[in-house]
Amino acid sequence: MSATPLQAVADSVPPRHRSRKLTDKAAVAVFGASSLLSAVVLLGILLFLLLYGVRTFREVPILHFLFGTVWNPDAYGKPAYGLIPLLLGSFLSTLIALVIAIPLGVASAILISERLKGWVRVTIKTLVELFAGFPSVVLGFFGLVVLAPLIARFFHVPSGLNLLNAGLLLALMSLPTIISVSDDALQVVPHSYREGAYALGATPWTTAFRIVLPAARSGILAAVMLGFGRAVGETMAVMMVAGNAALIPHSLFDPIRTITSTIAIELGESVFGSSHYFSLFALGIVLFLIALGTNLVAETLIKREKRSFTL
Amino acid sequence: MKKLLTIAALAAAVTTLVAGEVLVKGSDTMLNLVQNLAEAFSTANPDATVSVTGGGSGVGISAIISNETDIADASRSIKSKEISTARANGVNPVEYVVAIDGVCVIVNASNPIEKLTIEQLGQLYQGKTANWSALGGPNKKVSLYGRQPSSGTFVYFRDEAVKAEYAASMRQMNGNAQIVEGVRGDEGAIGYVGVGYAREQGVKVVKLSKDGSDYYSPLDKAAVDAGDYPLARPLFQYTNGKAKGDAKAFIEFELSPAGQKIVEEQGFYPLTQGYQDKNNANLQ
Amino acid sequence: MTTSPPPARKLHRTRFASSYRFWLLGIPLALFIAFIVYMFAYLFRNGLGVISWRFLTEPPLKGMTEGGIWPCIVGTILVTFVSLIFSVPVGVCSAIYLSEYAPANFLTRVIRSSIRSLAGVPSIVYGLFGVALFVSAMKLGLSILASGLTLGLMNLPWIIATAEEAINAIPGSFREGALALGTTKWEAIRHNVLPYAFPGILTGILLAVARTMGETAPILFTGVTYYTKQLPSSLSSKFMALPYHLFTLSTQHDQMMKVRPLAFGTAIVLLVFVLAFDGVAFAFRLRTSSSNKWQV
Repeated sequence: MSATPLQAVADSVPPRHRSRKLTDKAAVAVFGASSLLSAVVLLGILLFLLLYGVRTFREVPILHFLFGTVWNPDAYGKPAYGLIPLLLGSFLSTLIALVIAIPLGVASAILISERLKGWVRVTIKTLVELFAGFPSVVLGFFGLVVLAPLIARFFHVPSGLNLLNAGLLLALMSLPTIISVSDDALQVVPHSYREGAYALGATPWTTAFRIVLPAARSGILAAVMLGFGRAVGETMAVMMVAGNAALIPHSLFDPIRTITSTIAIELGESVFGSSHYFSLFALGIVLFLIALGTNLVAETLIKREKRSFTL
Repeated sequence: MKKLLTIAALAAAVTTLVAGEVLVKGSDTMLNLVQNLAEAFSTANPDATVSVTGGGSGVGISAIISNETDIADASRSIKSKEISTARANGVNPVEYVVAIDGVCVIVNASNPIEKLTIEQLGQLYQGKTANWSALGGPNKKVSLYGRQPSSGTFVYFRDEAVKAEYAASMRQMNGNAQIVEGVRGDEGAIGYVGVGYAREQGVKVVKLSKDGSDYYSPLDKAAVDAGDYPLARPLFQYTNGKAKGDAKAFIEFELSPAGQKIVEEQGFYPLTQGYQDKNNANLQ
Repeated sequence: MTTSPPPARKLHRTRFASSYRFWLLGIPLALFIAFIVYMFAYLFRNGLGVISWRFLTEPPLKGMTEGGIWPCIVGTILVTFVSLIFSVPVGVCSAIYLSEYAPANFLTRVIRSSIRSLAGVPSIVYGLFGVALFVSAMKLGLSILASGLTLGLMNLPWIIATAEEAINAIPGSFREGALALGTTKWEAIRHNVLPYAFPGILTGILLAVARTMGETAPILFTGVTYYTKQLPSSLSSKFMALPYHLFTLSTQHDQMMKVRPLAFGTAIVLLVFVLAFDGVAFAFRLRTSSSNKWQV
């Protein structure tokens, strides 16, 4: 928008009043400063996390943090700051969520993109987007009052506050993301692909699964990554239904603790300036890096998909 | 409407400073008790604003150490290490006792077990006793429910009953009420809650004994006052230096007959004279 | 593969069979939609009975077992508003810069990339940052201001993304026409681009409001409280909020069963707020996209 030939000509002809020119310069300065501020925020967050997080390692050996299998900062004896149970809690619940959400989500996206048209498509997409906007506390509340007793009764386990419940809720929360990003990815595939397949006598099913889906695979992968990021970063819903025991789970019905809920649960009680306080920032660094990583990969994948069709 | 509200708020903000609020933060066990006290106090003193938040005794004590709250609720006493950290921060914690609690051990209503010794309790919570049949109960796996490390009740119970580390399988619930919910729905469950939470349907309070000779119930006021019940404990509030201004007025209200009546209504026990005298000394 | 085409009848059956097969894909979608409707209906069925004018306009009474959620509604609206005061100007200005002024160089790519990455940062990390920066370092304490700023940081990337999209949708000819008449660049944007991009920007703001109202993690340690009788009287007050109220009623209150209906009521009120803003934003988006006068 800023480098058309006409713009160059306009730039070279000074406007008549100096105040207008000044206003123009001021505008650039203000807008440029705003966007710099926005970018600096990201840097600021990382900086603060690092600043506080690394102070953990004055007292806690970094290997112990990264590979320790017990997280117990308020232990009766020596405090333990092992990341593994929390990392496993986050990853396992996200894994369960994705195992459910990927097939359901991609299948739905294929239907929405390849078959539904007009107002039906718009309505369904709107419904999905509306659901994406449900506050996570509401979903956590639902998991607490409906899913937990259901799981307890159906599987004959003592409590419904466990890994399975968390996984189910996270599946619900990442489904809308997976559906809408997958739909976008499928829509980007040029129609000529489909037309060629139909011309050769392929059925809609075959076209979708053998032609369109593989063509959109980078975008679908991006959808999965974004769904993963959403699930890993979820705090409130998980805190209400996961049972919150920081141990390594041995079954779907064991309680778990995720990185996010650990930060939320322990931030208030840790004394400012203690190793416990700083260790929560260290957890924040881990979370930040995971989220950043998945987002960057997803972006690259989307770009790659778009590029693969423009030749 | 929203515009009016926000304009009003902004106008107030522009002409203002720090609002004269009393912030009370900390123990979840005391949360509902103090919230009721705050409600009654605010009704009697419309000019004062009392804000109550939970999070656990750890949250409260951490906040008073950092001088980020006016009053810290704690269901355990402040540790000496915490006192020195506070002093290093320029904060001098002063202790008040506002109520007496008896930590209740509850089991599912269908569980026939009626009494336990502290040692048996410890074995259960360390994970060493895994099935109720070992104690003469039904053949059901023991399901442990407890609080989170930020909770004073968590710390108190561990130090006084378990006397070792909790079993890793203990479910860490967000509050007393969630423990009651959990125990109610789970036939092999055992949990610990403040006495204000124990009189609920579907759960049964277990009698405790220090050494196996005499068993006492936390629902027996005399046993709690006399210290016969092993897990009787005071509920504390800490301030930075002796309480002043609105905070002092609030604490005085809590200790008054009106306040102590609310304490009883909430299911806790009112103060004995000994605690009242100590409090009065700190209020001068 | 045979060289002659298959008999017509066989082909017809294959297509017929597979078109049935294709609609199998509708099963997961139907289940998902049915579940959304079920959850919605369940919450409303259990909570509608609690909603009344008194519920909406009274503070919690009798140990929060009775009364209403008025302070929570006020708190949520106020803190969202504070967050917008920060994020809308900064966000829209950033979007204008990125779409109109930014040269296509490395710095711009870095800025764009970091703003997009900000959108993926988990909300609890914003809470952590908010505690460290606003509550402690800037000594704002637990306050609406600290919570509002934290939420503002969180919805900044969303506002930038939608505003940029709206501005980029305006064809270049709009700007060129103004420039040809001798305006400065800023005047061209102000008169020929922004007014037309405004509906799109507004849609983005409404969507951001909806998402901000439902967030709990960023306000958890920056200013929200379990109970306070007075409405927030200044920027440094503590406040109650709808999502946190739902959380505490369902997990921390001592008479959990007694207040369960109140929790349902809170959930519905929160949902209605969020869906209202979302709904208006979607309707707006539909109307402005269908009446695209400049799509020639």
